[in-house]
Amino acid sequence: MKKTGKAFSILYIFLCFAFFYLPILVTIIFSFNSSKSLTHFSGFSMRWYKALLENSEIMSAVYVSVSIAVISTVISTFLGTLTAIGLSRSRHILREWILNVNNIPIMNPEIVTAIGLMILFSSMKIEKGYLTMLLAHIAFSTPYVITSVYPKVRALDPNLANAAMDLGATPAQALWKVIIPVLKPGIYAGMLLAFTMSFDDFVISYFVTGNGVMNISIIVYNMTKRTNPTINALSTIVILVIFITILVVKLVPILNKRGKKV
Amino acid sequence: MRHFKNLVRPYLVWSFLIIVIPLFLIFMYAVTTNGNSLINIQFTLDNFKKFIEPVYITVFMKSIKLGAITVAICLILGYALAFIISKFKEKTQDILILFVTVPMWINMLLRTYAWMSLLSDNGVVNSLLGFLGIDPIKMMYTDFSVIVGLVCNFLPFMIIPIHTSLAKMDKSLIEASYDLGANPVQTFFKVIFKLSLPGVVNGVIMVFLLSISTFVIPKLLGGGQFVLIGNLIENQFISVGDWNFGSAVSLILAIIILVLISVMKKLDIDGMQKGA
Repeated sequence: MKKTGKAFSILYIFLCFAFFYLPILVTIIFSFNSSKSLTHFSGFSMRWYKALLENSEIMSAVYVSVSIAVISTVISTFLGTLTAIGLSRSRHILREWILNVNNIPIMNPEIVTAIGLMILFSSMKIEKGYLTMLLAHIAFSTPYVITSVYPKVRALDPNLANAAMDLGATPAQALWKVIIPVLKPGIYAGMLLAFTMSFDDFVISYFVTGNGVMNISIIVYNMTKRTNPTINALSTIVILVIFITILVVKLVPILNKRGKKV
Repeated sequence: MRHFKNLVRPYLVWSFLIIVIPLFLIFMYAVTTNGNSLINIQFTLDNFKKFIEPVYITVFMKSIKLGAITVAICLILGYALAFIISKFKEKTQDILILFVTVPMWINMLLRTYAWMSLLSDNGVVNSLLGFLGIDPIKMMYTDFSVIVGLVCNFLPFMIIPIHTSLAKMDKSLIEASYDLGANPVQTFFKVIFKLSLPGVVNGVIMVFLLSISTFVIPKLLGGGQFVLIGNLIENQFISVGDWNFGSAVSLILAIIILVLISVMKKLDIDGMQKGA
């Protein structure tokens, strides 16, 4: 009885995971198809990867996605971390205000955030394109950095910075040499979130962009109208990069835990 | 650390500009008439009245219906998976939950695009059915394909909160239930399910609000004629150009979702107080 229960459990887990991973797997398989079909596999080939590299429109979308993700991650991590540190020392009312405002983009449906930013940029007469996309990405990723770092700041010993300064450190030194190193786990978690949120974003980018500036998601969206295995090749690269990053960042700590209870 | 107090100032200004003002602008567009300027501003509730017209109420009801179906399917599939996972050793649980979350990090658009070819008339799913001797079924551009896309994308948001509440449950309560003579079915419904309720409520609300506000999945898997609230908003801004009506619909959507989230938070706090 117990054995059949266990077998059923494993079968069920397998089926659920098949449901999650089937689309990903099929995308990868058909990116190596030698024909244009997305339904019949006729042989292994790298032609779609070659087509991908030769397609300047897609390559510029890759450049936009990567550069916006990197710049917005750097800025939002910097801004978010400093804000989280400052928050623990600010007046109660100000802290509540910032934390509540900060929650708005996290809770609001993406499409509402997107149209809000779209109206903002057009009423400020900022030309839509790379800059508006970058500003929007900083806007939606900073709240995630703050929510990742702030709990770590609250867990800090408030005397830590004072001790550093008593020992002769300037406030800036205390910040960079004492506080920031202790907050590292939270900062890295926030950075990872900010990067993947930016790299994967479609809805907000779609509404705030203009002048033909497209990131990977937008170009995929525009290309879905016709069969094009080049998208599969692009997807495969994106999926593998994200998959390996997440696995390395998340799996290593689990394997290192060695039964230690958390 | 008093010195660091001023570090919040840049974000105070930035968040006001980029979070508070856009919301205010959506509100202003929603309560004014089309094409007026700041000098002769005209307030109106027509944009909200328009939403009650049958065409839009149908869209609204369809979104709610699809959201409810998605929630129901996710709840059944997700609860079962969370329950099974919670029976494993702690390390195995961590690894299984990690594999549940990995797809969430991968671009939703790419995964939805993959379903387009999987579900097409001569796609992989129909080929598999062919092996079993079943004739091809038309799946793309139906309610079915949209629901498959919604469930596949949002199921992890159901599994994770339920698993969290199952994992932190006091196992001695389950033993106590058996000791007091309850059978496994009674124990499940009267003890385990009740204790996991905070996770269930969390998951239900998350999946529901994600499903009713998406516009990518219905557009790709449901085709152009498939209109949900999200698509309605997109149409108003991108193709129709009626920003005032679009803003009113967004405002309604945001309010529904904020109400649901505050219900969820209230239940969370109640649950924690009971647990303490």
